[in-house]
This record gives sequence, C-alpha cells and structure tokens, in this order.
Amino acid sequence: MSLFDYAHLKSLPGPEDITRVVLPNGITVLTRVNFDSPSVVLNGYLASGSMYDSDEKAGLAHFTASALMRGTWKRSFQEIFDALESVGASLGFGASVHNTSFGGRALVEDLPLLLELLAECIREPIFPLEYVERLRAQHLAALAIRAQDTSDMASLTFDSNLFPGHPYGRSEEGYPETIQAITREDLLSFHQQHYGPRNMVIVIVGGIEPQAAIAQVEEKLGDWQNPNQMALPDLPTIQPPEKMLRHHVHIPGKSQCDLVMGSIGPCRNSADYLPASLGNNILGQFGMMGRIGNVVREQEGLAYYASTSLNAWIVGGSWEVAAGVNPVNLERAIELIIKEIRRFTTEPVSQEELEDSQSNFIGRLPLSLESNAGVAGALLNLERFGLGLDYLRRYPQMVAEVTPEMILEVARRYLDPERLIIATAGTLNVAG
Amino acid sequence: MSNVTKVELENGLVIHLKEIHTAPLISHWVWYRIGSRYETPGKTGLSHWVEHMQFKGTPKFPAGFLDRAISRDGGMWNAFTYLDWTAYFETMPADKIELAMQLEADRMVNSLFDPQEVESERTVIISEREGSENEPLFRLDEAMQMAAFEKHPYRYEVIGLKEDLLRIQRDDLYQHYRTYYAPNNAIVTVAGDFQTKEMLAQLREIYGDLKPSSLPEVHIESEPPLSKERHVEISGPGETTYLRVVYRAPAANHSDFFAFTVLDSILSGPASLNMFGGGGISNKTSRLYRALVETELAVSVYGGLQATVDPFLYPITITIHPRQTAEAALSVLDREIQRLQQEAVPEAEIQRAIKQARALFAYGSENITNQAFWLGYAEIFASYDWFIHYVQELEKVTPTDIQRIAQTYLQPPRRVVGIYHPTNMLGGN
Repeated sequence: MSLFDYAHLKSLPGPEDITRVVLPNGITVLTRVNFDSPSVVLNGYLASGSMYDSDEKAGLAHFTASALMRGTWKRSFQEIFDALESVGASLGFGASVHNTSFGGRALVEDLPLLLELLAECIREPIFPLEYVERLRAQHLAALAIRAQDTSDMASLTFDSNLFPGHPYGRSEEGYPETIQAITREDLLSFHQQHYGPRNMVIVIVGGIEPQAAIAQVEEKLGDWQNPNQMALPDLPTIQPPEKMLRHHVHIPGKSQCDLVMGSIGPCRNSADYLPASLGNNILGQFGMMGRIGNVVREQEGLAYYASTSLNAWIVGGSWEVAAGVNPVNLERAIELIIKEIRRFTTEPVSQEELEDSQSNFIGRLPLSLESNAGVAGALLNLERFGLGLDYLRRYPQMVAEVTPEMILEVARRYLDPERLIIATAGTLNVAG
Repeated sequence: MSNVTKVELENGLVIHLKEIHTAPLISHWVWYRIGSRYETPGKTGLSHWVEHMQFKGTPKFPAGFLDRAISRDGGMWNAFTYLDWTAYFETMPADKIELAMQLEADRMVNSLFDPQEVESERTVIISEREGSENEPLFRLDEAMQMAAFEKHPYRYEVIGLKEDLLRIQRDDLYQHYRTYYAPNNAIVTVAGDFQTKEMLAQLREIYGDLKPSSLPEVHIESEPPLSKERHVEISGPGETTYLRVVYRAPAANHSDFFAFTVLDSILSGPASLNMFGGGGISNKTSRLYRALVETELAVSVYGGLQATVDPFLYPITITIHPRQTAEAALSVLDREIQRLQQEAVPEAEIQRAIKQARALFAYGSENITNQAFWLGYAEIFASYDWFIHYVQELEKVTPTDIQRIAQTYLQPPRRVVGIYHPTNMLGGN
C-alpha cells in the first residue's frame, strides 16, 4: 500500500484555503476559515525576543512581554482583564529567543475586542511602576520554584552547556540577579526599540471569513509604525560539543533525579530536519517512547519516562534525551542511553522502523489539525520557518522520500556518543 | 442533541455514541467504574497499577503490538486512573478505529499480567511516584487528603502509598482486574465521523459476547462532614511557601454542585471541564486574585471544583508572596469567604460566570477526543444529560443559592488548612 492512500490528506490546509497577505507596514496575516466553529483562535509573534537581552539583564524580553497587559494608555490592568474575562476570552504574551509570542481565543463575535486589546497592549503599554514591582516579585517567585524543579534545572543546565555564549543557552525568563537589575526604563526602551510591525505575524483561524478577519487586523494595526524598530541581530554560529561534559545541579530533598543529555540539532528549515525528525521518532518517541523508552522503561523498568526531542529553531537547535530516574539508577540509565545513541549513529535504522515512523508522521496530520488551535499553530510554523503554504500538501511525499541512509547521515552529523552534554539535577546521595 | 445515542447491551455494557462529521476522526473510549474509591487500606494504588498492566499485552495482542499499530495509523491513545474511574481511549483516523475496538474488547478480559512484567512495572510506578514527590504541592496534597477523610478511600492519592506499592503482588492485581473489568462495569463512548447504526452493529459484534461478571457489592461508608478545622503543616526544600485550604464539596450529582460551580468561578476564576484542548480563561478579575495577588499577599491563586461520585474536596491553592506569610493570606481568604456568606453576589457576576462556561464549552467542542471524554465522564457520576444541561443549570443559579452554598460548605470547621514551609529561605531581601 502506498503511503499516499489517505483520501483525507486532501483536506489539509493548502494554498487555496489559506489566505496570506502582507500589510503595507510589514505585518503578515494568515487566516483560514472553519465554519464548524463558533470561536476563533488568534496567535502570532513580534520580532522582539530574548536574543536582544544583555547578559546583565537576561529576562528583559520576557519581563516586557509579561508587563504589556498591566496597563495601556486607554485601560488599566483590571479593565483589560475585565473586558477579556467577562466574555470568556483569553489573551497572553510570552517571549522566546526570537520572538514575543501572543495567543488568544474568543467567541467569533468577540474577535474585534480581542484584536483591539492585542493592538493596545503591543502599541501603547505604559508599564505602571506598581505593576512592574508586582511582576518582579512574581517572576522571582517563579524562579525560586524553578530552582527546586529538577526537570527545569537539568534542562537549563543542558542548554547553558550546549550553547555557551549564545542566546539559545540563556534562560528566556532570566535569573534572580538579572530580574533584580531590570528597571521600568528598561522595559520602556525595550518596547520602543523592538516592538514594531516589521516581521510581525498574525494568524486567525475559526468561524470567520478571511477577508473579514484581515479587515479587522487592518483596522486595528494597519496604521502602526515604529521608525525606531531595530534590525534583526546576527547570532553567533553554533558549534557541537568538543568533548563529553557532565554537570550536576544539587537540589536537596528530591526523590527523583532528572537527566537531560544530547547534542546540537539542525535548524527547522534545513534539509536535515525531516530525516532527523524521523530518526528522532525512532530513537525516542514512536509508540512507547521509541528505542530508548523500550530499553529504559519497558525492559529495565528504570524510569516512568525516558524519551527524546528534536528542538529545531531558526539558527540551530538541540537533540536531547530526557528521563526521570531514581538516583541509584542514574548511571545505568546514562549508560543505556549512550549505548542507544551509539547504535543509532553506527547502524542504519531498519526499513520496518522507518516505515512505522513515516506512516505515523503522515497519519497523525488530521489529528494534529482538527482544532482551530492545531491549524493556527501549523500556519504560524509555515510562516516562521518559511516552509511555504503548500508545505502540508508536500509533506507526505517528503516524509516518504527519507531513507535509512539519510537518517544515519544526519544522526552522525549531530550526535556523537563520545561528545555529549549530560546534565542532571536532584539529590544524588541521601545525606545530601 | 438528537445525534447522541445510548444503548445497553444484554451483557450490561452501556454504549454512548455521538456523530460529529467535522473531521475524519473517531475517538473511542472504554470507562470502568474502578479507581481509588474502590480500594482498601493496604492495597492502595491497585487500580492505577492495573491500568499500567493493561499495556503489557494479551495472547492475541502482545505488548507493543498495538502501540505500534496505533502509532502507525497516526492515532493517539492513553489511559487515566482517577478516584472514581479508569478510562482508556484511542483517537484514530475514522477508517482505522476498528483495531482500537478489537483491542479494548480483548484486554477487557484477556490481559496476561506476566509476573516479570509486574515486577518491572513496580519500579516504573515507584519512579512515577518519586517524580510526584519532587513537587511540594503533591506532598502537601497527600497529607491534606488524609486529614480531610478518616475512612473514605478518597483519603489516598490515586497512585497509592509507597509501602503498598512495595507490597502488592501479581495476584492482587490480577484479582482486581478480573473483578472490575467486565462489560457490566463498563461504558463505551464513541464520538466522531461514523454512522450510528453501523457503529452500533460493529460494537455489538465486538463487545456483545463478553460475559458479565458478578460485581462485588460496594460498601463505602459515607464520611460525616468535618466538625473541627484541621491543620497540616509540612516542610521541605525550597524558598516558596504554599497555603492550601480544602473544603468538603458536594458530589457532582448533588443539586448544590451547579451553584458551587458558579461560586468557584466568582471566587477563584472559571474552571474548564475540558480534558483535551480548549485552553483556559485567566482569573485576574476573580475575587481572590484581586484580594490576594493585587495586594501582594500572594503571587498566584487558583481553585477548582471536581466532579466526583462521592463528596470530595474543593481546594484553594495560594502561592505566598516572598515577603508575606501564609497567615496573612489566610485571613484575607476568610474575609472574602465571609463576604460571600453575608452579601448577595451581584447578578452581573453570575452572568459573567455563565458566559465564561459557555465559551469554555465552545472551545472544547472542537476536539473529537474531548467530546468522547464528556460522553463518558458525565455518565460516571450522573448522565450525559448532566453535561447537556450544564450551562442551563448554571443559568438557574441565584445570588441566594450562592450565599447558601457559602454558608453551608465554606465553614472553617469543615476545612483542612495546609501550609508548606520551605526550609531554605535563601537570599531573602
């Protein structure tokens, strides 16, 4: 049977039913209608990510994003949330390395309100001092909770060791001392320099006609300009680890130790991405967490979870294995994972394994795209990584063309079992 | 809601179907009336462990076979064990769903419970528990549930006590399985892209020959309301103080449940019934957020009523501001509860709670898996009508009802107050 015998793949979003326009001020709008739905999802991003943060004020992009809804020239914090919550709508902002992202949803009749609030918050925030201080305490409390979270700390340590000196290696949320150093003036100037229509993307999916959705965006944001908006920065090149590197974060009083290990991965729009992604599925996702889940959980019963992820971004990414284990099983789990990585980088995957994962990748598309949120997330990625509006239609063919040799080649390019970053967090001895 | 069909087969299996033709998908669930509510002291965690063993194979479908088959078809599957129920689901492309039905019918009676697999799963479940123990709020929750109930099995966490997880043997698990996994203790719910008549015929063929079992009589002593406020204090690593207050709540099929839901929405913010998709609505205009977070006594607050067979708990969880104390937050919480007891809630606040519930319904209905979840979940503690009429019932709630609920349920003697004290107050300022 051919992998393309899926009649329903024809209903995937494609160039005929996705509307994409670029407004004169640089905002890209993508929209797709779903008349079965009485609601809409709105999401998107601005170019103002943590890549602009300095080391001394790491967390500034995130802090700024979190403060946008604390008051605007037109409304107070309580007025903003009263408008939203009264109609059961939601809106929120957050920062990643490249972007400030936003996401919201509402009943269709409340989309104008949602867009109005979005426009107000990104164009006219006033960052009231009282709220800046209140947020600072909330961020510091969140960082204190993070410092006790074995999974977060292992992950943070992994990133800082894998991407030294690169924004990918720095926490978007910052660190206690950097959050302390940020002032209200920093938020204001970050907003002035980095928030603007250039490179902004808005996606709207739900029970609304594309032209009506686009007209609403134009009305609220079509006249936005920011002559001070800075250009995108050049980010440093990412190098693979030069040697095996282990780092442990001691957190007392924890029953379980978290482990994150791995190396760099391809960027999302690299030709390596799809073979790596299929390989990653075989290594640590397919079925019950792939080969690694099978060995660590099913055969040896060492962990409740042990799986892999490929995190592909604009200028690079990571390819990592995560597991939560009892400290007495930690060394054994690391040993088993390294053994699987070695096998993965020396022998091609079997044709059967590859076909399983190819079939999984193609077959799961309808499920991942059933809801407005699923479609909106997919459209955002098409734009973010420049994949093209016909990407989902081409995708089955591209997946089917991947061979075991291609997977072996990318596995060797990114993963070296002798040169891995191994980060752990927890309590290694009872006395600790 | 004429597209919903409910049928009971001769062997006692209840089938609940809802046609939805928005996407070429079908979600198929099997619900069992078994969970920690049916467990006895010394054997806590049995139901959850049985659920794990249900993925370890039958003679017909060896372990891993279905994982692979379902994943190949792009399906999603999982299982959950809760206080009152255990549920298994598969969401698949519509033309592939038969395999899921074959699997569920087969493992309702034919699972192997291989002794070696039981041992390997023991360490997996202990690892799952240890992961939870890393969380301060799990530890606080576990201690508070024990304080909130003396006899009722709701006193234990679903995962079970560690000592029981070390003690339970293969035969305990197998017996539990053979007793409670039977068509007359199960509900099959299917939502998605199918024709009801054909689906029913197919389900009848697959599930119709399974033999009913003689279910044991369940004697669960009802637990009288708490008569005196109880306190639980635990300490552990970290810098963050948590305050959690739990009140005994009504059962989901009690007429007070709807008024309590509106009260919760006003007090701590709207809670979603959606298990899959839909997202939530923030709670920044809720009374407790304004009284605790806006005043810098806390950095966050949330509550949430749960739909259960017997009266369970209504928890309010507060993360204390680094420069504040749990006691200060508790006195403000008390003040807000007294306000609910003494003053009628403005009609507009009730209307808002209703609009929020309606929006959350709309968001959750996009998702086929969520639709099939609702079909079964409501049936466990009431009926699907409960769910269909949910918003209408909320609309009937009056300010007087809310005042009465606050006066009845939110009395200090009827609650447990829990505090998590961090032992390393690092870097305070």
